[in-house]
Amino acid sequence: MSSRERSSRERILGRVRRALADVPREEAPYERAVERDYLREHGTRTVAETVELLAENLADYRAVVHRCDEDGLPSVIAGLLRERGAASVAVPPGLEEAWLADTDVTRVPDRAEDTAAALDRVDSVVTACAVAVAETGTIVLDGSPDQGRRRITLVPDHHICVVRVPEQVVASVPQALERLDPLRPSTWISGPSATSDIELDRVEGVHGPRTLEVVLVDGAAASR
Amino acid sequence: MSGTFVGMPAFPEAAREAVRDTTLRGNLRHATHTIRAKRAKAVAEVEDWAELREAGKRIKDHTLRHLDRYLEQVEAAVTAAGGVVHWAADAEEANRIVTDLVKATGESEVVKVKSMATQEIGLNEALEAAGVRAYETDLAELIVQLGKDRPSHILVPAIHRNRGEIREIFTREMSEWGRPAPEGLTDTPAELAEAARLHLREKFLRAKVGVSGANFVVAETGTLVVVESEGNGRMCLTLPETLISVVGIEKIVPTWRDLEVFLQTLPRSSTAERMNPYTSTWTGTTDGDGPRVFHLVLLDNGRTDTLADEVGRQALRCIRCSACLNVCPVYERAGGHAYGSVYPGPIGAILSPQLRGTDSEIDASLPYASSLCGACYEVCPVAIDIPEVLVHLRERVVQGGPATRAGNRVVLRPAKGHAAERAAMRAAQWAFTRPGVLRAGQRMASRTRRFHPRTLPGPGRAWSAGRDLPRVPAEPFRDWWQRTRGGKDGAAE
Ligand code: SF4
Repeated sequence: MSSRERSSRERILGRVRRALADVPREEAPYERAVERDYLREHGTRTVAETVELLAENLADYRAVVHRCDEDGLPSVIAGLLRERGAASVAVPPGLEEAWLADTDVTRVPDRAEDTAAALDRVDSVVTACAVAVAETGTIVLDGSPDQGRRRITLVPDHHICVVRVPEQVVASVPQALERLDPLRPSTWISGPSATSDIELDRVEGVHGPRTLEVVLVDGAAASR
Repeated sequence: MSGTFVGMPAFPEAAREAVRDTTLRGNLRHATHTIRAKRAKAVAEVEDWAELREAGKRIKDHTLRHLDRYLEQVEAAVTAAGGVVHWAADAEEANRIVTDLVKATGESEVVKVKSMATQEIGLNEALEAAGVRAYETDLAELIVQLGKDRPSHILVPAIHRNRGEIREIFTREMSEWGRPAPEGLTDTPAELAEAARLHLREKFLRAKVGVSGANFVVAETGTLVVVESEGNGRMCLTLPETLISVVGIEKIVPTWRDLEVFLQTLPRSSTAERMNPYTSTWTGTTDGDGPRVFHLVLLDNGRTDTLADEVGRQALRCIRCSACLNVCPVYERAGGHAYGSVYPGPIGAILSPQLRGTDSEIDASLPYASSLCGACYEVCPVAIDIPEVLVHLRERVVQGGPATRAGNRVVLRPAKGHAAERAAMRAAQWAFTRPGVLRAGQRMASRTRRFHPRTLPGPGRAWSAGRDLPRVPAEPFRDWWQRTRGGKDGAAE
């Protein structure tokens, strides 16, 4: 910070303090100033119903939803890549090997040294997710090894995201935030990118992947 | 101030032109009514809307009332996470900081994601003057930039353009800026969006510097949040090596948890969605993922002056959802450009005169750009009592009185001969060429009262607060209307 900027810092903080001269010192602290009378989640649902709601809301925002069990996952993913006609797929470093066991599409590892332009030539990407929000139809990525760098789910035009149900599914936004680490970069995705900028006509897919496929995988927890 | 559109006529004159522009009015009417209906549905889906709204209001109020502490916390947290924090007292300083940072990278172009703060300070023009080209990457902003135009709505800035015009702008201008529009481009929205995708992708892939604003900054962690739809935000936030975010000091919330309120209320109020397609959060820099260098520029530019006004400071709670624009009968008829600022509609009418002062004719007339119907207050997700602030600012314009300008206490002189008020009356003459509009407004106001019997929006509330208000506000406007309605029917049309 230059000395000029340092003085701006002091100037701004000084202005703020003078502006707030009317605020009593003993005013309630944060914890008591904010009442949280709102709900932690909307409605009561069984675990299965919450997963069902996620599927509905994802589809409502035009994500393509698939469901399978753990054993069926590799063939589902292979099928999606085949249908898409993908020649290459970006792969995060920590993605479960088995998920791609059934496909021979060329794998492009997620590496720091590759350029975004190189990534622009990759057809698809497969990732896991950090958490999924049923009420809003949202999947959240947090850059964990099975999700990779943010750009790999941005530049390719086709994103396949695997959600383990029910353990990765929460009902609401408040519950999702609780599960996330703010220090990790997060990307909240609700359907493919969209714009309504031209006469309010909704057009899917401007810059992000124009096709978002979400695979809900019933894990071991479901049978418990 | 650079945020004022130079040569901008005062609200009444600007609005008169807009009211005559039938394309603009048709588009705006369609837009505001469509979004309004969708929003009502999205809000009705959550039964705890009133509680979320109240919590949002309280979080913002608390933060503003202890803003010095939270600013220091933001600075410490962002620095600890690998970011560099800068402080800009005004537009000029912010522009200089950003220009210097860009120059230091050796680059001569930047990609930008829509940010009202950078529009407010006129950053693109400042960069241009320094030989740096700033590419707007929101579809609407691209349309506005290529059309050498000004935005007219917070959420859908190009709503005054229809598809035929957009096709023409793309065909004519894209080649000037980079990849030309595809041969034989038609005017279907999907094709136009595809043209924008191709045109901008070239820029995203080679961009070394990104410039953004932020919807929220979390003090405890130093996390920034950008809420968007198209993915251009993600491009700007993750592909460049250097990211510069210019953020108004009022964007702070204390904790990560506070986002649980705003990530519910903002999308529903704004685009009427349960959730917008993309939200990005980042804290400083992350090894091997995204920009290696991150600068946060904290912008004052009139915000501390606004904070000094005990009635007016609530305007700083605004989360820029644009819900108040879509319900405003004056906005619907006058259009965004008439407000002479990047902040149009009801929020602009209370924010611009506070950020910039009321020296110019346009800013002095803005507090009159309203019928005080209260619909804006009713939809506001942080419960800003816009009518109350309008009445307060009218008093300020007409009577003069104490105010803070660039950090100094000043005493404003009354506007000569109530010039502003007269101007406003003229404004009303054609902004309300149909009495039904005003009646609808009044009906909305009475609905609000039924829901909130103790918090009358607008004048009633201000008076009940026991402050010494002149008899200027609200009433004369309607009195005037009734009087002139009888006299000269449909004066302007
Ligand atoms: S004043 Fe309220 S309704 Fe208007 S844009 Fe701001 S937050 Fe939204």
